[in-house]
Amino acid sequence: MQIESKAAFESLQTESRARHADAQAEIHVCCGTGCLANGSKAVAEAFAAEAEKRNRNGGPKLVVKPTGCHGFCERGPLVAFKPSGLLYTKVKAAAVSEVVEKTVEGGEILSRFLYKDPTDKSRIEQYADIPFYKHQNRVAMRNIGLIDPTDILDAVAEGAYSGLAKALFEMDPDRVIDEVETSGLRGRGGAGFNTARKWRSCKKAEGDRRFVLCNGDEGDPGAFKDRSIMEGDPHSVIEGLIIGAYALGAHEGFIYVRDEYPLAIVNLMIALEQARAFGLLGANILGTGFDFDIKISRGGGAFVCGESSALMLSIAGKVGEPRAKYVHSTAKGLFDLPTVLNNVETWANIGAIIDKGGTWYASLGTEKSKGTKAFSLVGKVKNTGLIELEMGTTLRHIIFDIGGGTLGDRPFKAVQTGGPSGGCIPEHLLDLPVDFEKLTEAGSMMGSGGMIVMDDRTCMVDVARYFLAFLIEESCGKCTPCREGLRQMLVIYNDLVEGRGKNGDIERIERLAKAMQLGSLCELGKSAPNPVLSTLRYFRDEYEAHINDKACPAGMCRELTAYRILEDLCGGCHACVKVCPVDCIAGEPKSLHVIDHEACISCGACFDVCPDEAIVTFPKNTLFETEVV
Amino acid sequence: MTQEYCAVDLGPVAEILKDYPPEEASLIQVLQDVHRAYNYLPCDVLGTVAKTLNVPLAKVFSVSTFYKAFSLEPQGDTIIKICVGTACHIRGAGQLVEELERKLGVGPDQTTEDRKFTVKTVNCVGACAMAPVMIVGETYHGSAKPARIGKFLAEAEVDHAD
Ligand SMILES: Cc1cc2nc3c(=O)[nH]c(=O)nc-3n(C[C@H](O)[C@H](O)[C@H](O)COP(=O)(O)O)c2cc1C
Ligand code: SF4
Ligand code: SF4
Ligand code: SF4
Ligand code: FES
Ligand code: FES
Repeated sequence: MQIESKAAFESLQTESRARHADAQAEIHVCCGTGCLANGSKAVAEAFAAEAEKRNRNGGPKLVVKPTGCHGFCERGPLVAFKPSGLLYTKVKAAAVSEVVEKTVEGGEILSRFLYKDPTDKSRIEQYADIPFYKHQNRVAMRNIGLIDPTDILDAVAEGAYSGLAKALFEMDPDRVIDEVETSGLRGRGGAGFNTARKWRSCKKAEGDRRFVLCNGDEGDPGAFKDRSIMEGDPHSVIEGLIIGAYALGAHEGFIYVRDEYPLAIVNLMIALEQARAFGLLGANILGTGFDFDIKISRGGGAFVCGESSALMLSIAGKVGEPRAKYVHSTAKGLFDLPTVLNNVETWANIGAIIDKGGTWYASLGTEKSKGTKAFSLVGKVKNTGLIELEMGTTLRHIIFDIGGGTLGDRPFKAVQTGGPSGGCIPEHLLDLPVDFEKLTEAGSMMGSGGMIVMDDRTCMVDVARYFLAFLIEESCGKCTPCREGLRQMLVIYNDLVEGRGKNGDIERIERLAKAMQLGSLCELGKSAPNPVLSTLRYFRDEYEAHINDKACPAGMCRELTAYRILEDLCGGCHACVKVCPVDCIAGEPKSLHVIDHEACISCGACFDVCPDEAIVTFPKNTLFETEVV
Repeated sequence: MTQEYCAVDLGPVAEILKDYPPEEASLIQVLQDVHRAYNYLPCDVLGTVAKTLNVPLAKVFSVSTFYKAFSLEPQGDTIIKICVGTACHIRGAGQLVEELERKLGVGPDQTTEDRKFTVKTVNCVGACAMAPVMIVGETYHGSAKPARIGKFLAEAEVDHAD
């Protein structure tokens, strides 16, 4: 059914909202990548079968919706009930008929499925009361978890495409850009470039053919907000792109998606097809005479292709090697034509901004960083998952109130933001309000919004080494400072973590970092020293311990660390024996266990499972002394 | 070209090429479909792709080796991907790689001699909340522990036998 007027669109909205008005309950089963991994497909099918059965018997109508990621994947499969607002976690397919009978029909709450707060062990019934959700403010992720991403009417019922209708029917293209300008929106893909300014600069470029692109490459390891948006609410991205195309006078668009995100690709394809079927995309959109269509381009698994010039080459079927920045892609981008590239989350905000107004959006956030921001909170934190918060929220609030603090309440050490271009922020900066400026001042970056929490068992030298190893793999190799600088730095870091560190290493690292910052061609190389410099800035003592004492204070660098079982604490539970990969722990159940240091490979598996905290680390070079004692 | 040398069936690639305009911009998308169909990029198939899309063979190879998604070597029946992204790294992804190496005798980017398994490391599959993550075939395993790897491998063999 092609929608060809404002009135027709409005009646589609009314119709879609009325669709499930007669349902007794809606059951939302999360079918994002995380929950699918935990078996949510079978859960959704079981609910659908139960609903079908009731329907057949003339019972009350139940609507079962597979939804996108609720952000709380670790507790999946998640099942939310409407209108009650109840949330169940870790639901198994086998329990579904009981849930339908007791909870949906009988109104009984099965406490075993309720979320258990890791801080005070209380059981929480309502979705909205869980601290993880309570503090959020969702704009870009407004519909994720509420809608079935494969059903456009569901999205329309929640307001999708109303921003588009407003733009097409009530605003001229320049007014759209003005509205985005008023909102103060800055790019969510990393650098935080002002979106309206980028659009204006493209609009000024000569030529009839131009492109709008969506960057769904999301290469920062530890970040998955774009995945969730594309999977859970692809229409928000599509709507944003159409509005952008209208504002810029573009008729062609591409969404570049990582090859590692198969479900995102499938859901986007379905959404594009449905949008075309309703006349929201393609020729003569909503009967206004505006033509625009979108193609999907699958990435080839190269981090550097997230960089704008490399991404455009990749869409053109070429090797993704960045080019120098003096040519602006807004004037000469894809196929050397004027192009606007924005991140998935940036596009997902556009529809809401047009619908509710730039002033509304600008009322959220801080002075220079407006609006909300999606983060993936992961690592050594109790509640891991995806959140969206107003800019300016403090790290402490994010990690301790929403995240529930560190796993096992171990001492917090740092939080890494901004991926391989970012840095590690230490404990004394926890009260930092998170926005583009503050993170940069602290030596890190917003990046893709990954927040990786690290505790005392994370070695900061190893973290810096990890990012170097990552970037060596991902550097395209076009320019020397990046290609060789990374390799030379890694040589020094390998020495540090393997006990060959020497005086002068820190200074050598700093000199290389400077050269890379100054001499690299693209941002990958220019920002590559950030993890190195930020760990040096805040955790220099750890570097010094590696060099001077040949010790790893976190007890993680294997060449420097040995493990020992404390006599007084070991209860003889045998748990460590079961996990030791090289069978080097001896001991009868209920008696003291002992590690054979010759055979131990310092993997730390025993440390992680010991219930009595009887296993401790100590510097390997004191092994002999300790044994004598 | 003798029959023996041309051991790969060029049928699937011909089908794939029909879906794309014969131009350079199609190259990566075509290679992705080819990779899916053959499980790797056989040399002869690349020749066909180059000819049909009118792209020099050298360019096809350059793209095939630049992008990580492509392998020029035949791969095992089941591909095991271990995520070594940051979130997985600090939650012990390294131990998974080692345990697999002990169990299968091959490290990252290698294939077992019986061609049953290929081991790969990837940087983040977007399921970081369940770190560490490994994907055996199409199945995602969150909070993966070295001790459960034996079970995953056994399941994969059964799946493949089906
Ligand atoms: C090495 C490198 C990788 C990048 N990866 C991504 C990415 O995965 N996703 C993204 O949106 N932006 C990425 N960027 C930033 C893009 O170049 C570009 O600035 C961004 O997509 C613009 O969109 P925005 O203005 O909406 O943020 C990357 C930049 C560099 C230098
Ligand atoms: S800085 Fe690195 S990634 Fe960027 S062009 Fe140079 S070598 Fe390639
Ligand atoms: S550190 Fe690893 S190898 Fe050593 S005793 Fe513990 S489990 Fe075994
Ligand atoms: S796990 Fe801890 S308590 Fe149990 S046997 Fe090992 S050292 Fe002793
Ligand atoms: S996939 Fe279900 S909460 Fe993330
Ligand atoms: S870091 Fe492993 S899934 Fe993201």
